[in-house]
Amino acid sequence: MKIVVCVKQVPDTKNGVVFNPDGTLNRGAMDKVMNPDDKAGLEVALRLKEANPGTEITVVTMGIPDADSVLREAFAMGADKGVLITDRVLGGADTWATSSTIAAGIRNLDYDLIVTGRQAIDGDTAQVGPQIAEHLGLPVISYAANVSVEGDSVVVDRQYDDRIHKLKVKMPALVTCLSETTEPRYMTPGGIFDAFDKEVTVWGRADLKDLDDGDIGLAGSPTKIAKASDKVRKGAGEKRADLDAAGACSYIFDKLKEKHVI
Amino acid sequence: MEFTLDKKHEMARQLFAEFAEKEVKPLAQETDETEAFPRETVTKMQKLGFMGIPIPKEYGGQGCDVLTYVMCVEELSKVCGTTGVIVSAHTSLCCDPILTYGTEEQKQKYLVPLAKGEKLGAFALTEPGAGTDAQGAQTKAVEDGDEWVLNGSKCFITNGKEADIYIIFAVTDIIEDKKGRPQKRFSAFIVEKGTPGFSFGTKEKKMGIRGSATYELIFEDCRIPKENLLGTRGKGFAAAMHTLDGGRIGIAAQALGLGEGALQATIDFVKERKQFGRPIAAFQNTQFQLADMATRMQAAQFMVYNAAMAKQNKPVYSFEAAQAKLFAAEAAMAVTTKAVQLHGGYGYTREYDVERMMRDAKITEIYEGTSEVQRMVISGALLK
Repeated sequence: MKIVVCVKQVPDTKNGVVFNPDGTLNRGAMDKVMNPDDKAGLEVALRLKEANPGTEITVVTMGIPDADSVLREAFAMGADKGVLITDRVLGGADTWATSSTIAAGIRNLDYDLIVTGRQAIDGDTAQVGPQIAEHLGLPVISYAANVSVEGDSVVVDRQYDDRIHKLKVKMPALVTCLSETTEPRYMTPGGIFDAFDKEVTVWGRADLKDLDDGDIGLAGSPTKIAKASDKVRKGAGEKRADLDAAGACSYIFDKLKEKHVI
Repeated sequence: MEFTLDKKHEMARQLFAEFAEKEVKPLAQETDETEAFPRETVTKMQKLGFMGIPIPKEYGGQGCDVLTYVMCVEELSKVCGTTGVIVSAHTSLCCDPILTYGTEEQKQKYLVPLAKGEKLGAFALTEPGAGTDAQGAQTKAVEDGDEWVLNGSKCFITNGKEADIYIIFAVTDIIEDKKGRPQKRFSAFIVEKGTPGFSFGTKEKKMGIRGSATYELIFEDCRIPKENLLGTRGKGFAAAMHTLDGGRIGIAAQALGLGEGALQATIDFVKERKQFGRPIAAFQNTQFQLADMATRMQAAQFMVYNAAMAKQNKPVYSFEAAQAKLFAAEAAMAVTTKAVQLHGGYGYTREYDVERMMRDAKITEIYEGTSEVQRMVISGALLK
């Protein structure tokens, strides 16, 4: 089986977010990491490889030349091959231009399954994975918590807030994965050393076929960002374990009334 | 001359730092309180290849370099001195002498499982009457047919009882020096836990690195196969000293990590702690203390990394190792002490990590050659 995993190098938000005066992200002032959902996607692929010997994992990323370090990290975790799509004309891409470009790159590869993260912590759109599937005409399953392969199909537990959907779809297909449900493995020291001896395939604009120039880079991006700001975090909520079912219901109704929701 | 790490080493540091933060730090306080060997953490490190970082792949290791190993001990020690020394003693004092002096058969039989993380290693030179004065050692090994028979005891052995494979030094010959005085000749042996006649005595109750298992080893007519002689008969003392040169770099890395960990904890604390209506970080005394601490640790890091590079590239590195250990250990003791002082009363309680770090730091001035021994090594090289 051949799996393509899409990963993105993103600013590390561990030590806060740094903005430029114009409201855009100051990427240069922040450390860079592999996007957490993408890392979970890579872990899903690595587990499939362990369960299905002979599986080959190719990791694809699009970014500046320095983004090759995210591929090295993927090698150190166990990925087999890496492709870096980089070209000045591809810069400034929104989700449409990004997904068009990555889909064109994936057309150069053999694959049974494409794995992406649900969303990136810098853009938070959750659009690129499903858009790639759309460009390639593939079925897509988002929010994959657990993925296994049965014959020529992929079986996915799709995680919703309150339930799991079990879905089975014939490959080729695309799944998007969640960092909350899959803890990625650590690299190994030897894996890191080997990763820097491996060859990364680098593709520029000229290597991407079936791709319209109107669909790439800043010019091919319909989205215009007016302003970026730090993420507003959801509150932790309130937990009450001391109430029975009836008590819990009336407590919730009281709260909703108090906030004039009902 | 380069003072920056390449991307490969940066990524390795990121791995060790992440592991230390997620897996080691949450257990550090409990490990200290309970004095329990952190077996669960060791098992995780064994699976991830942390126990064979500088060992070539053909012998089950990770095929990395000394600098990577040193950074591993450093990052672990930033959060837990106990965990740092477990890796250091195993790698520098058990794997390294087998790699350096072992036969191919010994490497296959002992080094491969040690480096793969299937077995844990230890090293035993010190005896009750022989610390800095190694000539005072009494443990003997006598040849008997196809075996060596060991009798005697060793003390203060790191990873004692927990380790599976031990490098033991014993007197095998007594010769006369030029003036006709008797001189002991030592040899090194590989001894497996479980060998009849090999048992463990008391466990030391220590000031710091309390989760590290420090035991007395006892040999009573302990018979080991002849082929377990490590290196050349009678050349054990030189082997022990050469091994300790490497070990000192590991301990220097432990000291470095302890000092750096205490510095970071202090930076975080002084921003939060308020006195006279403002964070104590706003006071110039705090600022100057932090500046001195950081400068000292930066110097220590350069020396420790320099010693790691010396071990990587030179056959003899006693001088660099001794300087790195002397400086890093004294820096760690001074910086952890200042860290406690800047924490005030809180720093004296076990609620705060710096209290443990200060106790942990003290041993780095003592084991694998005291600071006084390091000064002897350094001055000896200067005056020869």
